[in-house]
This record gives sequence, structure tokens and C-alpha cells, in this order.
Amino acid sequence: MKKKIAMYWGAGCGGCDVSLLGIHEKLLELLDDIEIVFWPCATDFKYEDLEKMPDKSIDIAFYNGAIRTSENEEIAKLLRKKSKILVAYGSCAIEGCIIGLANLYDKEEIFRAVYLENETTPNKEKIVPKEKAGELELPEFLPHLKVLSNVVKVDAVIPGCPPPKPVLIEALEALLSGKTQFGKSVALCDECPRRDTKPDKIEIDRFYRWHEKQDDGKCFLAQGIICMGPATLAGCGGECIAANIPCTGCMGPPPKVRNQGAAMLSAIASLLGEMDEEREKEVIESIQDMVGTFYKYTTAKLLPKGRVKDEG
Amino acid sequence: MSFEPEIVAFLCNWCAYAGADMAGTSRLKYPANVVPIKVMCSGRVDPEFILEAFERGADGVFIGGCHPGDCHYVNGNIRTRRRVEMLKKLLEQMGINPRRLRLEWVSATEGAKFARVMKEFVEEIRQLGPSPLRRK
Repeated sequence: MKKKIAMYWGAGCGGCDVSLLGIHEKLLELLDDIEIVFWPCATDFKYEDLEKMPDKSIDIAFYNGAIRTSENEEIAKLLRKKSKILVAYGSCAIEGCIIGLANLYDKEEIFRAVYLENETTPNKEKIVPKEKAGELELPEFLPHLKVLSNVVKVDAVIPGCPPPKPVLIEALEALLSGKTQFGKSVALCDECPRRDTKPDKIEIDRFYRWHEKQDDGKCFLAQGIICMGPATLAGCGGECIAANIPCTGCMGPPPKVRNQGAAMLSAIASLLGEMDEEREKEVIESIQDMVGTFYKYTTAKLLPKGRVKDEG
Repeated sequence: MSFEPEIVAFLCNWCAYAGADMAGTSRLKYPANVVPIKVMCSGRVDPEFILEAFERGADGVFIGGCHPGDCHYVNGNIRTRRRVEMLKKLLEQMGINPRRLRLEWVSATEGAKFARVMKEFVEEIRQLGPSPLRRK
């Protein structure tokens, strides 16, 4: 019997929906075994249709995107009720991803930046979205961004922003054969295309941002360019590094690491070469954005209730 | 009820913990707000431990290690100094006052210093008030 599949697009860029099409011919093969019962991005289904389905009637539901509005939350709960297996698909659903960086700001700050202060958004009337305007009702913009596991029980995760092709194919095959555990458990360095160029001992004397240094084709960390490889789960094959871009950590941490940013921060401290305390401070000061560098994809996990307000 | 700070102190086995022992055997008094955790080296203190302490509501986190050059494992304390420097920047961005995290070098003979630093730190945290992440 064909497995019933659902895919929902929460708060995200849409890249995850595209990534499912990005497995190319493999999708045609999979289509023999699956039946799509809900996929708003690609097919014409309404929320009503989902509500009418019997509970647990969907075999596997994929949820991509984070939970930013009350609508996202409602559908997450509905999908949980209607599905046997609920999968957090992509970095947003698992750990908040880029949009999770919004947890550094509160709702008012975000609205002000987006609707009032953004120079490319003409808004003379200073209109800011409201939940109620006359008879119309909009979903609530939640006080902070949540990830899927904050709201419902999640059975499996497919990491990546969006999940890279090899990761996705392995995950889909495993899920269709009834497994919820799959993927690698080592760090990206293990499969890095520049692995052989890593010296035995890395000693960083200063940090460079990507554009500040001509890439010599060797291990990025050895060049003083921050690469999240050591604290990031393998599986993507180092696609970015093959394109001469350091890893920023979208696959999230390997299974035994809970806090990806802390792990990387710890590694960086060990990789700094010998220098006096004053120079050490200067070098560390040159990392301008700690959260954006080390928690680019995991801020929503670091700050689940938004930025801390320490009055002291 | 008045606010009593809760402070987690990671102390290295060779210097800071021995310093705390020294404070004890010398009958020196310091506030009871400090919960010591012995680690083999201040370099063992994973940034994750510190963030978790704050996440679970610690009002302050203290790390005590050997003086630079004295580390039992050569340079564990230097790595810690760098981690703490980075963590303070991170805490600031997260909205947590970086003064809630403090690193000090305490040798095995510096019982008096240990007691003094603890008094100071508890007082400083008292001034800062309870951590916003404290469990009610």
C-alpha cells in the first residue's frame, strides 16, 4: 500500500519545499511508493481537507519552517494529531535556523525595523500588521520564534538548510522503510574536501572574514577563517567548502553535542596560537557577532524565550 | 524575602580547590552562597557547562584556576581565559550581564584570596540582583 505523505511549510524561506524537488529523478522513483495527501506549496489542499482526515491517517508528515505565528502552531498540532510519524524537516523546524536570529529582538523591535524603519519599504501611513482589522483576522505573530519540538513531539529530524540531497535521500528511504534513526554521527571535518590540507596543529594568530583574505585552498581554520566544520554534523559532503565557502553550521551539531555554538567557541579558544593577554583580547574582540557566528542556525535553541532582559 | 545569590563555582583540583580548602583549614569565613564543583582543570569547564548553569538559573558562575604558567596541564587555564573572554561577549549579546561570569586565579596557598574573592563576587551579584533566568 502506498504511504500517505504530508508536507507543510511553516515559517521559512521555501527552500525546504524546493529541496524535495531537488532530489530530481529519485522523486519519480519514490512516487511509486507514496501518495501525497497534503502539500500546500505544490498541490491544492486546504486546511479543511487536513481537518477532515481521520487521526493518524497520514503515515509521514514533514514539517518545514519554524513556528512564528499562531497559524504555524495550529497546523503543527493538527499535523501531529493526523500523523503517525512527524518529521522536523530542515534547520528551521529543528533549531530555528536564520530566522531564529530574530529571538535577539522582541516583537516591537522587529515590527519597527521591518515596517517603519526599513528604507526600501515605503509606509507613509505607518501601518503595522494587526491581528484584527475590521472583520479580518490575522494569525498572531508570536512573542518569540519556536521550533517544532517546543510545540509537539517530534519523531525524526532531517537536518540542513535545506537538507542536502544525499542527506535527504538517505532520510526518505529510511523513513519509508519504517526507520526514524538515520544519518551520520561524526563532524563535517571527517568528510571535508579540504581534509588533507589540515595541518597537525592549527595555530590562529588572527581572524579573517571571508572577504579579507585570499583563499589559499587549505583548511579554512588553518587560514584563520572561522569554519563551523568541527562542531557541525557531517552528511552534506562539504558542498559549501567544495565551493570555497567555509561551513556556517546548517546541519546542526553532531548527536553527542548539545550546544553547537559553545562547542565551536571552545574549539576556537584551543586553536588560538601563543600570544599575550592583551593581543588575545584584541583577536577575540575582532569576532564581531558571537551569536551570528556561532549560533547562526541555533539561536532559537540558545534563546527559546527571546533575548534575556537582565536589569542588573 | 531578601535576595540570596546562588553561585556555581568550578574549581580546579590543583590550585583553586586546594585554595578553598586552605580557606577552610585557616578558618576563614566566606558566604555560603557558593556551590563548589571540583574539576580536574579549569580547562575542563566546557562553555556548555557555564551556559547550562545560567540556563538553569544560576545568578553567577565562578571559575577558579591556577595562575598562568602554573597549570598542572601546561595551558588549560589559558584556554579557559580565552573561553571566558568569548563567553562574556556572547552573554552580553544574549542579554545576560557579563559580570555574572568571573574567572580568577587562585593558588593552593591563597586561601585568603579565595575567601576575599568569594565575598566580593557574592556582593557584586547581590547588587546585580537575581538572574532573569532564575526559576521562581
